[in-house]
Amino acid sequence: MAKIVTGIGSSHVPSVGAVIDNNKEQDPYWKPLFDGYQPARDWIQDNMPDVAIVVYNDHASAFGLNLIPTFTLGVADEFPPADEGYGPRKVPTAVGDPDLAWHLAESLILDEFDMTIANEMSVDHGCTVPLSIMFDKPEQWPCKIIPLCVNVIQYPPPTGKRCFDLGKAIRKAVEAYDKDIKVAIFGTGGMSHQLQGERAGLVNAEFDQSFLDRLTTDPVGLTKIQHVEYMREAGSEGIELVMWLIMRGAMGDDASETYKFYHVPASNTGAGLIVLEDGSQK
Amino acid sequence: MNREYRDIPGTYVMDGQHCRKGYHLNMFCMSLNKAENRDEFRKDEAAYLEKFKLSDEQKKAVLERDWLGMLRLGGNIYYTFKLAIFDGRSMQFVGGAMSDVTEEEFRQMMIAGGRPIEGNRSKKEQEQSNG
Repeated sequence: MAKIVTGIGSSHVPSVGAVIDNNKEQDPYWKPLFDGYQPARDWIQDNMPDVAIVVYNDHASAFGLNLIPTFTLGVADEFPPADEGYGPRKVPTAVGDPDLAWHLAESLILDEFDMTIANEMSVDHGCTVPLSIMFDKPEQWPCKIIPLCVNVIQYPPPTGKRCFDLGKAIRKAVEAYDKDIKVAIFGTGGMSHQLQGERAGLVNAEFDQSFLDRLTTDPVGLTKIQHVEYMREAGSEGIELVMWLIMRGAMGDDASETYKFYHVPASNTGAGLIVLEDGSQK
Repeated sequence: MNREYRDIPGTYVMDGQHCRKGYHLNMFCMSLNKAENRDEFRKDEAAYLEKFKLSDEQKKAVLERDWLGMLRLGGNIYYTFKLAIFDGRSMQFVGGAMSDVTEEEFRQMMIAGGRPIEGNRSKKEQEQSNG
């Protein structure tokens, strides 16, 4: 039977992608960040999943304001990198797993999560940067990818609790899948940052570090954080953190922390990375 | 509907009202995802803008690269940033322009840990402390 074995929480800052694409990881500004990523990169090489469900948000790349689905599941054979305004990133096209993705779509909808289904979708830095952070620069991504795109740009995004519950439903659906495969789930975005307005540049390291700690010590408490609190405390774009709760919900109650790293600044953000393992794996 | 978020200083929340105000402005920005549209905009910015139903104020804000003005007129940063990408500008440049500092000053603020949360949580709180 299929199993969710790994949860990754990661920022998806576009400039981190640009740094990787242009081999600038050893620049003094970026080196501390990549030094912090290395243990997670090493770990995943020994714990490679067959499929990664990547929870991310699109940034006016594949989706505009003309149509704003809250949760979109990619069921395609492949997902090319999007042109976000400077040409597509030179990263591999993500190869999908339509069989599992359709199983998820059907299971989730019958479990009362009304997913939008995408048969064609390009993926922007929200999806590809976390892959680069974990897998560096391979010719092909080392596992299949199922993108799960969440609206966090148009207010209101789904609540943290709704995200957490969706994660639980994903876990149930994966466990009911009849192939014997290992699945990882990425929750991406954040951490605290505000890109817009006179308050641009806001970072709240205390909030971020508490969020990282509570992913294992108090995940249910995290689901009670309201949108206004994310926006006030973690910046208007810090609300992306609700996506980490889909990942957390998909991990078992007894998931444990394998690695955690936090660094300020990565571009205009506080950058976090966490690796969670399913309790039964240890 | 609870709009408590309107108390957050320097923040333009993309709610329904904001989306209605900025829809065409934002969709113009998004059109710059396509290389052929970037070429056309580059040739004649004002003429290209005529293809979208922008208000005169919005057109002016675009042509003058008034980054804060665009937000006030319904823009959303993920969309307006497409215009910054077109200009070859960084998010730190735009962040500086919106908060009235240079790109280098903004970058230094980030290196020093970013804009602090203390004193930046609430308009009400700011008004009280300013007497």
